[in-house]
Amino acid sequence: MASDFYTHFPLRANRVHEACGPSALGFAFAVAGQRRGTALWVTEAWHAGQINPAGFAPYFDPRDLLIARGKDQTDVLATAEEALRSGAIALTVITVTKPIGLTEGRRLQLAAEAGKSMGLCLVPDGKGSNAAETRWHCEPIFDAADSTLQRWEIIKNKSGTLATWIVRWNVEARRITVVSEAG
Amino acid sequence: MSRRVVSLWFPRLASDRFLRSRTIDAPFALTHRQGNTERLYCLNAAASQQGLHTGMGYSDARAFCLDLQTHPADPAGDQAFLKVLARWAKRYCPWVGLEGADGLVLDITGSAHLFGGEAPLLHDIHQRVTRAGLFVRSGVADTRGAAWALAHYGKGIAARAQQLDAIGQLPVAALRLDQKPSIALQRLGVKSIGDLHALPRATITRRFGPEVLLRLDQALGTQAETISPLPDPPAYQVRLSLPDPIGLQADVMAGTARLLNQLCEKLTAQEMGARVLQLCLRRVDKGTQEIEIRLARAMRDPHRILTLFERGIGDIDAGFGIDQMRLVATLVEPVVVEQVTHSQVDAGDKLDDLITRIGNRIGLDNVQRFLPADSHIPERSFIVAPAAYSTPAGRWVSLRERPIQIFPPEPITGAGATPPASLRWRRMSFRVERATGPERIAPEWWLSDENWRSGVRDYWKVETKQGRRLWLFYTPQNPAWFVQGQFA
Repeated sequence: MASDFYTHFPLRANRVHEACGPSALGFAFAVAGQRRGTALWVTEAWHAGQINPAGFAPYFDPRDLLIARGKDQTDVLATAEEALRSGAIALTVITVTKPIGLTEGRRLQLAAEAGKSMGLCLVPDGKGSNAAETRWHCEPIFDAADSTLQRWEIIKNKSGTLATWIVRWNVEARRITVVSEAG
Repeated sequence: MSRRVVSLWFPRLASDRFLRSRTIDAPFALTHRQGNTERLYCLNAAASQQGLHTGMGYSDARAFCLDLQTHPADPAGDQAFLKVLARWAKRYCPWVGLEGADGLVLDITGSAHLFGGEAPLLHDIHQRVTRAGLFVRSGVADTRGAAWALAHYGKGIAARAQQLDAIGQLPVAALRLDQKPSIALQRLGVKSIGDLHALPRATITRRFGPEVLLRLDQALGTQAETISPLPDPPAYQVRLSLPDPIGLQADVMAGTARLLNQLCEKLTAQEMGARVLQLCLRRVDKGTQEIEIRLARAMRDPHRILTLFERGIGDIDAGFGIDQMRLVATLVEPVVVEQVTHSQVDAGDKLDDLITRIGNRIGLDNVQRFLPADSHIPERSFIVAPAAYSTPAGRWVSLRERPIQIFPPEPITGAGATPPASLRWRRMSFRVERATGPERIAPEWWLSDENWRSGVRDYWKVETKQGRRLWLFYTPQNPAWFVQGQFA
């Protein structure tokens, strides 16, 4: 049921969500494109420079993207909290390399609520925090006809059920559309 | 105590300034375009000896002097250099003004004794200026006019209250007259200032107008003349001394607010904004602690800046208390007053404040944004610039699909010009189902890039059965396969 997807996908505002899997970057840019506003990409300095503006330009205008490079994960989380709390940023994407604890996750959540902003943590597989509102696992799948097909799966949801969808990127409309719901 | 004035004249200021950086023994001149012709602007001593003079046409000068070397003049640079000299001259007295385009005037009243008298002072000036590679002439007198006359036409020091004796022998041109009255006076046989002084005053005014007598009176001191010193550059610092030491964070914030209000008033008056602010807190035990904030945008709004100090002040160790606070804007930039409209949103301000706050934690240079660059090379198609010093610009157009993630090329095994049917990458094995390509990208030969030594690259988008869509390239000139990116 496609409508079910749209109750989940424009992710719940004022919360921090998580994404993992090989297509987590694509998921982050799809979310950023929906949020409309400035996005802040917070990473550790050594980890930065992996995203390619020419590549994500169809999803999200690189002019609206700011990058913050922190020294370590503490810096990254502090920067993210500051950005979420300020309310000047529509989406804060946080690249996490080490698992974050419940305290840190909860602080981010409170900051997002205070600033009426949205956060998205890109976590390594299975390293998420329990404080996250939802966690999505995203991976590309092969299809003979379509080269944008992806499987998005909610693997944690605080206020709802888990589900899986096959989605594709509609190039003309510049948005994510659901192809089918997979069990 | 009567006034004493030193007049300094640098007759070859422009050429001396140019020759300070390189030595030329031959005749040398700076040329300047006036109207339609190149004219000599300033000469060195060797060129003057050859009979050349300022204002001469450049082609005439070349005809007279075959080995003349020239360079275009830079009058604005000379003027700036003269201001530097004026600042230097403050070592002799606090009251230094400019005299035309190539001279300085110093009011040394009451400061000559610091250098052992007027003659040692003048000697010191000459020695230092000559060592700096400049030619200088000087005069000391009771008045600005007399000192000027001595610097340009005479020499030495005029005794106190004896101006006429000192400059009486000098020609009338030494009175800073225009060319016309000075030539007319010479035609009448009035050669020297002494002759002019002996004439009845009424006849001079009737014949030449008031200017000649004004200049004469100024030189002799009967008419006052001011020397206007250069303005000091504005100092953006304020301080607060407290009768009793303070230690509470709220108190320090209140003190900072008071300082900020004063500083921002100063900044507003000068139409400037602060970019870097430094707050020095001196403790009772003489230890000082500094808080520096760097702003993402030049600002002069005290309320917005004050909140940015909160974090720094929270970290301060007040010890036994703070009894002096000093706030300095160490870097300022002009801020243009902007029209505020009712439809304006303040999202930009909030964003700038956020960049400042983040920048103060992780360094302002670490908050960045992408700017497009004009290159076909994937890793050079963008540049990363600090967000505080750049504005979002340009259009992001890519004619072909590009991966959203790129990394340094990682070699994989493969042979031949078409992608391998199966590949191993990052300890994962993939079966290639569809390959799109090739797209050939040639290295930019005008830039030497270590990574592009292997020659042209044929890029392929490869879709694997396992799902991942990778960006591979093959280097035909140096056969090998690499993975460089990943699509969404």
